[in-house]
Amino acid sequence: MSTPAKHSAYLAHHFSDSIQQSDSAKLGMWIFLLTEILLFGGLFVAYAIYRAWNPDMFYNAHKYLDVTLGALNTVVLITSSLTMALSIRCMQLGNRKRTMHLLLVTLILAGVFLIVKYFEYSHKIHLGQLPGKYYTFTGIEGNNPHIFFSIYFMMTGLHGIHVLAGMGVIGWILKRTSRGDFSPEYYTPIELTGLYWHLVDMIWIFLFPLLYLIG
Amino acid sequence: MNTMPEKHYLNEKRGWKSWLFTLDHKRIGILYLYGIMAAFLVGGVFAMLVRLELLHPGRDLMDAKTYNQFFTLHGAVMIFLFIIPSIPAALGNFVLPQMLGAKDVAFPKLNLASWYIYVVGALVAIYSIYAGGVDTGWTFYTPYSTTTSTSVVAMTLGAFILGFSSIFTGLNFIVTIHKMRAPGMTWFKMPLFIWGLYATAIIQVMATPVLGITLLLLIMERVLAVGIFDPAMGGDPVLFQHFFWFYSHPAVYIMILPGMGIISELIATFSQKKIFGYKAIAFSSLAIAFISFLVWGHHMFVSGQSQLASMIFSFLTFLVGIPSGIKVFNWVATMYKGIIRFDTPMLYALAFLFLFTIGGLTGIFLGTLATDVHLHDTYFVVAHFHYVMMGGTVMAFLGGIHFWWPKMWGRMFNKKWALLSWLLIFIGFNMTFFTQFILGTKGMPRRYYNYLDQYQPLHAFSSYGSWVLGLGFLIMAVYLFYSIKRGPVAGNNPWGSLTFEWKSSSPPPVANFETEPILKHGPYDYDKIIPERTYS
Amino acid sequence: MDTVGTLFMPPEGSTFAGEIDSLFYFIVYASMVIFGIVLFGMLFFGLRYRHSRHIAEATTPGISHNTKLELVWSIIPTVLVLIVFFWGFHVFMKMNVVPKDAMEIKVTGQKWFWSFDYPEGVTTVNELVVPAGIPVKLLMSSQDVIHSFFVPDFRVKMDVLPNRYSVTWFEAKRPGIYNLFCAEFCGDGHSEMIGKVKVVNEREYAVWLEEGTSQGEGLSPEQLGEQLFRSKACITCHSAEGQRLIGPPVNGIFGHDVVLKSGQKVIVDENYLRQSILEPQADIVAGYDPVMPTYQGLLNDRQIDALVAYIKSLK
Repeated sequence: MSTPAKHSAYLAHHFSDSIQQSDSAKLGMWIFLLTEILLFGGLFVAYAIYRAWNPDMFYNAHKYLDVTLGALNTVVLITSSLTMALSIRCMQLGNRKRTMHLLLVTLILAGVFLIVKYFEYSHKIHLGQLPGKYYTFTGIEGNNPHIFFSIYFMMTGLHGIHVLAGMGVIGWILKRTSRGDFSPEYYTPIELTGLYWHLVDMIWIFLFPLLYLIG
Repeated sequence: MNTMPEKHYLNEKRGWKSWLFTLDHKRIGILYLYGIMAAFLVGGVFAMLVRLELLHPGRDLMDAKTYNQFFTLHGAVMIFLFIIPSIPAALGNFVLPQMLGAKDVAFPKLNLASWYIYVVGALVAIYSIYAGGVDTGWTFYTPYSTTTSTSVVAMTLGAFILGFSSIFTGLNFIVTIHKMRAPGMTWFKMPLFIWGLYATAIIQVMATPVLGITLLLLIMERVLAVGIFDPAMGGDPVLFQHFFWFYSHPAVYIMILPGMGIISELIATFSQKKIFGYKAIAFSSLAIAFISFLVWGHHMFVSGQSQLASMIFSFLTFLVGIPSGIKVFNWVATMYKGIIRFDTPMLYALAFLFLFTIGGLTGIFLGTLATDVHLHDTYFVVAHFHYVMMGGTVMAFLGGIHFWWPKMWGRMFNKKWALLSWLLIFIGFNMTFFTQFILGTKGMPRRYYNYLDQYQPLHAFSSYGSWVLGLGFLIMAVYLFYSIKRGPVAGNNPWGSLTFEWKSSSPPPVANFETEPILKHGPYDYDKIIPERTYS
Repeated sequence: MDTVGTLFMPPEGSTFAGEIDSLFYFIVYASMVIFGIVLFGMLFFGLRYRHSRHIAEATTPGISHNTKLELVWSIIPTVLVLIVFFWGFHVFMKMNVVPKDAMEIKVTGQKWFWSFDYPEGVTTVNELVVPAGIPVKLLMSSQDVIHSFFVPDFRVKMDVLPNRYSVTWFEAKRPGIYNLFCAEFCGDGHSEMIGKVKVVNEREYAVWLEEGTSQGEGLSPEQLGEQLFRSKACITCHSAEGQRLIGPPVNGIFGHDVVLKSGQKVIVDENYLRQSILEPQADIVAGYDPVMPTYQGLLNDRQIDALVAYIKSLK
């Protein structure tokens, strides 16, 4: 295949050149990330308001979250962000094989995160520390401790859905990498996935201290 | 004689598949147009039924439960399914890339996906009617919405899904405007409609996610009783109002800003005159977009929020009013020493100026603390936002539809019928809604199924007005659809406008332009060029 | 006496109504001037520069802006709205600061009636009786969803919330009967949640309070029941003439079978009626929604007896 034909393979007809195309894609992704932050923003506001109204209840309830598991998950996600970033670097250098390995590691780490989350969730379900009307636990002092767990489950749940979606996307670009879709000249989808994955990581970095480390 | 081009975006490919899988922004715009017109019809029928019921006090044709569902559906359908997507998604999609001199929007697949999300959201919302209806009002205030037996979850889920459609359209437009302008088109050479769409897209992208999470929380509240908004579970119902209006006030500007953009195009074109105060209009759009995020609390002056908060929100509300006022003066000034033609789109632009000015000025009564206490949640508010939404946005939308109709289909509608329909709509609108200002100041609360006898004459007059209004729209539907196949051929530039989209054939080719267009003059350089009108 | 009000506003029934109306009409006149300018500009330019007055096609002058003019039309409206803002805030604070010597009445909103508790122990439903010329403070809360206490003639409106108290106040200027609306949508009976504010002079008020503590002396149980059926707002949802409203009609039911939501049949007797008033959610009649609030605490035994007697008497 000659070079110009290869170009047109990924340059959509309505763009005049590939710089315009990749700039557009990146700008689009940044705007999307902004909307994601605002989506979580609503929950952060709800958190701030209820914590301000019930500081003692939040303090008492947070003790039932497992700091060790939370910290473990923080390390897992930060590592996965690193492997994600390295995979982009490898593609820039044209090392397709290593890109695939690193993407696979990222995928596995995301899976580990969800497994740890599963154990945390099932422990809470077992104790009856559930949101809203399903809350049956009795050991926490303060007003309406079910609200803490409502917020906990909604924030971590929404985040978990984002991790799951991220795994789907990483799996998809992994497949595309193995198919040979990307090259040092064109790797925008990997880069965009990386941006998204860093956001998912960053949100967790906020969630961890806010939920697990109330002092 | 004008002739239709041999090949254009409508006949290049044929068959329903070529429409349902199209990535052409023009066709997606048309798909949206069908969607929102269907929504407008449904919402309009609900409105007529509501007005019919209010002809007399007590029961005319439905019970209170049904009435409550009808006004809720009227509001929800008109806002989420009609007004919000109307100008940006339908007209914006069709026009924006052409105005920029681009072949398409930046992400055509995402654009088609937005339309499908819109359809899915609409179906989910409509499903709520079968699942028991919704009777909360379009504002879904808690704890009523968390305790009513109607299917609030389906409706809010529908609105949640529709939100994504809106976000993706906004995202697409921002990127397109930033990256896809034709060579030579600097920011300040963009037509003002683009500025309007740009400011709108910023709000869509920044406010809609907050609505998304609010509706999600409301759904959680109904399903799990999470205790955020429901006082029975330790939640705060007023918090819901803050969340809701944080989106829904900026949403008002999602509705009006693109309409203002259209008015700038129409006034300049039909006055054949350089727009007065281009930069003032462009920047005031951005100013409105920005300040609109800071005024949500003016919906809550009597909700029990602190007086300090009310004072700040009142003050900021006045600030957001000034840029709108400046725009109106600029439009009037544009007409000075122009060559003014009263074609149908211009008539709608003038109706906009008339009605929107009333809508804007009556907003002052509601932004003012002392007077709002009396007027809040009365028919005064209903009249005010209909003057802004219908007198503003819908008039601009209709102006835009008539303006770009010959570009869409290559054919012209019948101007005599259009004049009659315009007259009926203008008169009917004022009959219906001006009476409601008086009802409101006299103390008639909104969302009332029944009312005291003293309000009957005004209510009846308002209902008669709605019939005139309905007749006007009926005539419009007939002559517009008739013209698609049988109207006279309009030619490339029937109105003599200078923006890009009129340089290509009508209807335009699939790629919008035969050759890549290069900007040679500004969009409003009527002081240098006399554009030829291909239809008179 | 002003009983009609002006074109826009209802009569001025409270002490601060006049101040609100002055501000209202200031905005009306200022708006009319601004609207007049816009309308005149549109019409004048439209006619003066209309296409048919031009002999030949020509370009138009390229006026891009005019700084002086733009400053004028930015600054004058800004000054005007600032005046309106401060004026509005000033009056708003008066409407929000309750005078120290105000008498206090507890207001409760629920689906779909208002009840008023006086410190003297009197409770009324849908009728707020107050003396003229004395500031009245209302301490309000809701039993269910959000309602809003709205008396147009007093220019008073305040939301009534389920999880907290809200406060408003007014001083009625003169005796009369004024409408009280619920202004926040609250369901099927929203538009029936209408009460009256009865303003009397101080002497009448004292007499009324006196009577309130010994209400209904000298009436037969049926007569008292009929009175209560209206005054306690039963009539909002139940017809005594057989129509289906929000709740089932109450005439001709005594001694007959009624089918419940559960499919069970029960006979309407004194105990059924009493339970339906005090625990309305216990037995719901088939085809109706469980929306009635309890009257526990709002009616004493004698009043319940009277209502039952009244319903028994209805054919």
